[in-house]
Amino acid sequence: MKRILNLQAKRPLAALLGLLPIVLLIVVYSVASDMRLKANPSDKLLPSFTQMSDSMQRMALQPNQRTGEYLFWVDTAASLKRLAYGVLIAAALGLFIGVLTGSIPLLGTTFSPLLTIISLIPPLAILPILFIVIGLGELSKVALIVLGITPFIARDIQRRTHEIPSEQLVKAQTLGANTSQVIIRVILPQLMPKLIDAVRLSLGAGWLFLIASEAIASTEGLGYRIFLVRRYMSMDVIIPYVIWITLLAFLIDWLLAKFNQKLFPWHKSGDQR
Amino acid sequence: MIEAKNVWKKYGDQVVLERINVSVQEGEFVTLVGASGCGKSTFLKMLLGTETPSEGELLMDGKQIRDEPDRDRGIVFQQYSVFPHMTVLENVMATKAFARKGLTGYLFGESRKAAREEALHMLEQVGLSQSRDKYPDALSGGMRQRLAIAQAFLAKPRILLLDEPFGALDPGIRLDMHALVLDLWKAYKMTVFMVTHDIKEGFYLGTRLWVFDKRRDDPHAPGRYGASITFDLPVGKIDHTTYQQIDDQLRPTPVPDPVFMEKQNA
Repeated sequence: MKRILNLQAKRPLAALLGLLPIVLLIVVYSVASDMRLKANPSDKLLPSFTQMSDSMQRMALQPNQRTGEYLFWVDTAASLKRLAYGVLIAAALGLFIGVLTGSIPLLGTTFSPLLTIISLIPPLAILPILFIVIGLGELSKVALIVLGITPFIARDIQRRTHEIPSEQLVKAQTLGANTSQVIIRVILPQLMPKLIDAVRLSLGAGWLFLIASEAIASTEGLGYRIFLVRRYMSMDVIIPYVIWITLLAFLIDWLLAKFNQKLFPWHKSGDQR
Repeated sequence: MIEAKNVWKKYGDQVVLERINVSVQEGEFVTLVGASGCGKSTFLKMLLGTETPSEGELLMDGKQIRDEPDRDRGIVFQQYSVFPHMTVLENVMATKAFARKGLTGYLFGESRKAAREEALHMLEQVGLSQSRDKYPDALSGGMRQRLAIAQAFLAKPRILLLDEPFGALDPGIRLDMHALVLDLWKAYKMTVFMVTHDIKEGFYLGTRLWVFDKRRDDPHAPGRYGASITFDLPVGKIDHTTYQQIDDQLRPTPVPDPVFMEKQNA
């Protein structure tokens, strides 16, 4: 018998092992749900899978009686739109700030302290300020996401810029390149995959800020819906919504990873030459 | 063309180089050898413009050499010399793109076509035509250095600086690279400075050999004195004894300190 430290699972067994805890979790849930519903058929805490799928059919496949909208899809579209705007603006801003402060030393020494301070402000703490200054509309929700993740992206990009070997920058200069040529042709292209990596890492925070701002002031959105039905203890809506948000987050992350591989074949993470 | 007048380089109290007085004519191929940490690379960096002399003057055509890299001085480093996000062909074309003034460093239309032609010709000269669409990551170490050399030569600098360019390569490949550099040097007629830690390399490559070493040494304060050029020899006229002398000088057997030995014996 080998030491536990050295034991490894082979291919089919490994997949099975990975699935085991998930299946176990589902089984435990359904047994617990059954037990509670048997004791009290109107129990709301652990809805059965049928109850959940009924609720979802009502939300996703039937128009709302009052507004005629398919609430599930309206919520999804609204949330994804806010997230997309927020993340895209944050990525663009973060790239801009990160590249300039990272590659031009004078800008770096001027703005790095400020950037550090801003990145330490808890974004949710300034959410009231956003609501006061720009109102309760769409803009404040997007602004919260932007404020929340731009400093992270900017600082990450700044660090990645410093990681580019100085030999490359010197080499480009000996071939005649000026400052803007070095930034545009040597630094920027090498940062694009790093930017996508930074976006992937910041998406978790992005979702957090999105749901927080929707919970406080909104009329539709995935976060809004969860917090709305909480009043009626509608776990049969909340749980599928959470699963849906998780699935969306996974899909976006997976797509960005694929995108990175396709677009930047020269990029191997953790290996630079 | 290049002249050093009493050049010193210090970092704080540490003296790296002292009293360097040399002059180099156009078209010479100078090889710089010496023990590691003796300041030969520092001297190369001063020629490149990423380091400046602490004292004295380093002149090019009678004028102070510029203290930032430019097109006059090409460089091939031991590694990281090529752009990893460009294919081999794009790497060489970038030389042409950077040579033109402009905001973006991209080429379009006619100039792009011309650059492509020139780059392809250069790739043929260094034997990389087959790999022109590969990314540097997919090349061997020797091929990557060929690419770096192609870039540097295509820019036609007045001085080409080679900083241990073959240090990481296998001996066999190193020989190929020597032949390549010598051929290109003859074809493009530029002044070459090459730093190497391989003394033999210095003895048959190029026209002139400089040995960097300390003339005086204080064993209790190693940073007190810097290295200078202890041998400045024309290549091809060096006899075996000189070779041995230099070899011994760079790989000295440690001489025990007499004061220390006495104390131990007492």
